[in-house]
Amino acid sequence: MLAILLFLLWFSLPLCNADALSKLLAWDWRPFQGQFGILPMVAGSLLLSFSALLLAFPVSVGICCFAHGMGPAGPAALLMRFVKLMTSVPTVIYGFVGVFVLVPLMREVFRSGSGFSWLAAMIGLAILVLPTIVLMLHSQFMIVEPQVKLTATALGMTPAQRLLHLVVPNSGRGFATALVLGFGRALGDTMIPLMLAGNAPQVPGSVFDSIRAMTAHIALVVATDSQSLAYLSLFACGLILFLSSTLVNLGLQWLGRPDGRKE
Amino acid sequence: MKRMFFPFCLALIGLAFCCQAAFAGDLDAFAGKEGTISIAGGTAHIPVMKDAAKAIMTANPAIRITIAGGGSGVGIQKVGEGLVNIGNSGRKASDAEVSKYGLVMFPFAVDGVATVVHADNPVQGLTGDQVRAIFAGEVSNWKEVGGNDGAINVYARDESSGTRDVFWKKLLKKGTVVTSANVVPSNGAMKLAVSKDPNAIGYVSIGHLDGSVKAPALDGVVVNQEAAKSGQYPVVRKLYMNTKGQPEGIVKSFVEYITGPDCVEYIKSAGYIPF
Repeated sequence: MLAILLFLLWFSLPLCNADALSKLLAWDWRPFQGQFGILPMVAGSLLLSFSALLLAFPVSVGICCFAHGMGPAGPAALLMRFVKLMTSVPTVIYGFVGVFVLVPLMREVFRSGSGFSWLAAMIGLAILVLPTIVLMLHSQFMIVEPQVKLTATALGMTPAQRLLHLVVPNSGRGFATALVLGFGRALGDTMIPLMLAGNAPQVPGSVFDSIRAMTAHIALVVATDSQSLAYLSLFACGLILFLSSTLVNLGLQWLGRPDGRKE
Repeated sequence: MKRMFFPFCLALIGLAFCCQAAFAGDLDAFAGKEGTISIAGGTAHIPVMKDAAKAIMTANPAIRITIAGGGSGVGIQKVGEGLVNIGNSGRKASDAEVSKYGLVMFPFAVDGVATVVHADNPVQGLTGDQVRAIFAGEVSNWKEVGGNDGAINVYARDESSGTRDVFWKKLLKKGTVVTSANVVPSNGAMKLAVSKDPNAIGYVSIGHLDGSVKAPALDGVVVNQEAAKSGQYPVVRKLYMNTKGQPEGIVKSFVEYITGPDCVEYIKSAGYIPF
């Protein structure tokens, strides 16, 4: 971790003067007109990963509740097996299916833009992070459940009541960890934004607009003239990606701590 | 039938001899030598490199040639850092790159870049001004240029693309490209995106043109390699091999072989025009 941070810092050093910095921290990416602003990509990454999390988190919580007492045992086990299977699908496969199915569907249904959009990438990313969140919550529930099972049964609680009143309130740390991991995956994924989001370096006006994530930006620009500021801007993007995922990580760990102590 | 067969065989044998004689000329340079040549970079170059490598390695098994892709930018970086002997690029190396790495460029073929639209798009031709206006975002509906009523979806290539470089310089005259344009990372991805989107406009290397997309005529000139060769179609680029300093030994022989008469057929069959 530290080595990566040092490496990124070392390569970002040439950027550490007011002139280059002001060029990078701008809202226009037009490398051939000498504008190297990476802020649209920063915004793109954050918008994409937060919106994907917003979509995936409630669904994941629902799946987990279904599997832990709200639903019948047979379908619940089947659902969990399916989610576990989802973890093994490479992200490029989601991207590929997205290009052939999701993007044309978006274009036909919403009749706005080309289909390569924030919405398409958001759905792709939500599907990608879903199993991560579900499995994290699942393992937390698995720890809490045995602790309260005897008491709950003695009190005459149904499995659903036990889940809602005892398991969920005692799994705060699990929720936090699931969010962190989900966010990290969504922020760090490259193939899905690259293949589905359209990659226009702009701040989207709506979810049907094309958007470019920092990861996709790095993938697109990395082969460019290595003596240019465009190339150097990649290290700034890398640094921002690294720092933001670390910050969110630390922040949520800090949030999750009191709950962890209670246990 | 039998009487036909004998002259046919003779002709075939004669042809085989001719070919051998022709090949012997340039491949002689490799006779008795050994070593490896590593090549990386532009994906457009690969078919030509592969054919040449096959011929050389068949004639002299002591020589090993490895070919990798990566794109024009990667080719220049790799050869500049000394990781490969030859770095291919579909664009001229920039002055900064040439002076930093001491690159020597060897152009060997010419490739055209075509504007493409969806196969069902009724637009048969566009003028250069129309293409520029579309990419700049000034024209945003197909009916303004004689097509159906539908918002135009512009597709562009990434900054490191050699295809983008020539399209932007030769056809867009370094004009602006609307920022809402979708960006795709390769010729293949461009073809896929445009072939699926009825309102798309984009651009691909002429070597990649097939039935899945349509190339409308530009200023009345039908877009194909013949028009590019005759100079009628102006949006063309050169394909380069780059070496760090003047090449020596078998690398020099390889560069001479590619630019020599034997490779003309390989270049043509890959869909390019020999330089």
